[in-house]
Amino acid sequence: MASDVFFFIFAGFAIACAISMVYHKNPLYSAISLVGVFIALSCLYVTLAAPFIAAVQILIYAGAIMVLVVFVIMLLNLDEDRRDNRLGFLYALGGGLGLILLAQTFFVFYAVMRAPQQAVNTAETAGKTMSIGQAMYTEYLLPVEIVGILLLMAIIGGVVMSRRLNQEQIEAVVDKELELRGQDEDKDDYRIAF
Amino acid sequence: MEPSLASYLALSGILFTIGAVGVIYKRNAIGMFMCIELMLNSVNLTFVAFSRYYADTTGQLFVFMVMAVAACEAAVGLGIIIAFFRNRISVDVDDASLLKN
Repeated sequence: MASDVFFFIFAGFAIACAISMVYHKNPLYSAISLVGVFIALSCLYVTLAAPFIAAVQILIYAGAIMVLVVFVIMLLNLDEDRRDNRLGFLYALGGGLGLILLAQTFFVFYAVMRAPQQAVNTAETAGKTMSIGQAMYTEYLLPVEIVGILLLMAIIGGVVMSRRLNQEQIEAVVDKELELRGQDEDKDDYRIAF
Repeated sequence: MEPSLASYLALSGILFTIGAVGVIYKRNAIGMFMCIELMLNSVNLTFVAFSRYYADTTGQLFVFMVMAVAACEAAVGLGIIIAFFRNRISVDVDDASLLKN
């Protein structure tokens, strides 16, 4: 009974935070709402007997990835989303796609509810950190190594992508962009951002 | 009495739907990025729920892999967003129209 109550509290919190993330136009509010979703999901992982995944969720998602996102939002000094001149049919498309996905979700829900319930074997060893570690370094050693190489490639890619341009290139880019927009704004405002 | 597997799947589906709709609604590249993270998380919830109900640790290993890929995606994706901002002085995806003509 208690775990039912926990599930509904955290599920409601996760859905509310997710809706708030899509609703808010300010990227910083969206980021904070997304941290709320991550924390709610982490609490759900604890109720699913996955303490290792819950800890990693907080460490990697709420701790590392979202700090990086907030850092980029503040570095680029983003203002609110402006909603003019957007094609209206995209909203209809989004709503339609959402309804279809939701219908599929409830079809799955219905199918799982109707399926014959097999005895749930919640062995105590499943999900304990030690069994994850053993599987990771014996049976799944090659995928773990590949993930390590992938992370190294991502580090190199991130450095290459966000490398600084030299001064002439920056001036050429800013001049061309301002000319395209037909604005006479102070160029130094933009150059500070680079 | 635990919540059933189906309720976890329903929660995961609802979160995935919110993320997918958000990708279309948002016009900010960082907003779209965060919606993609939300979809990855909803799939992680499915993995952990199945791992619990079938008492198999492999699902949690896959969650670990998904998290590693999400971290890579964050590094490279934010690098792309910064490079895009340098070239267009905006992160609005509607401004990414260089190949249109």
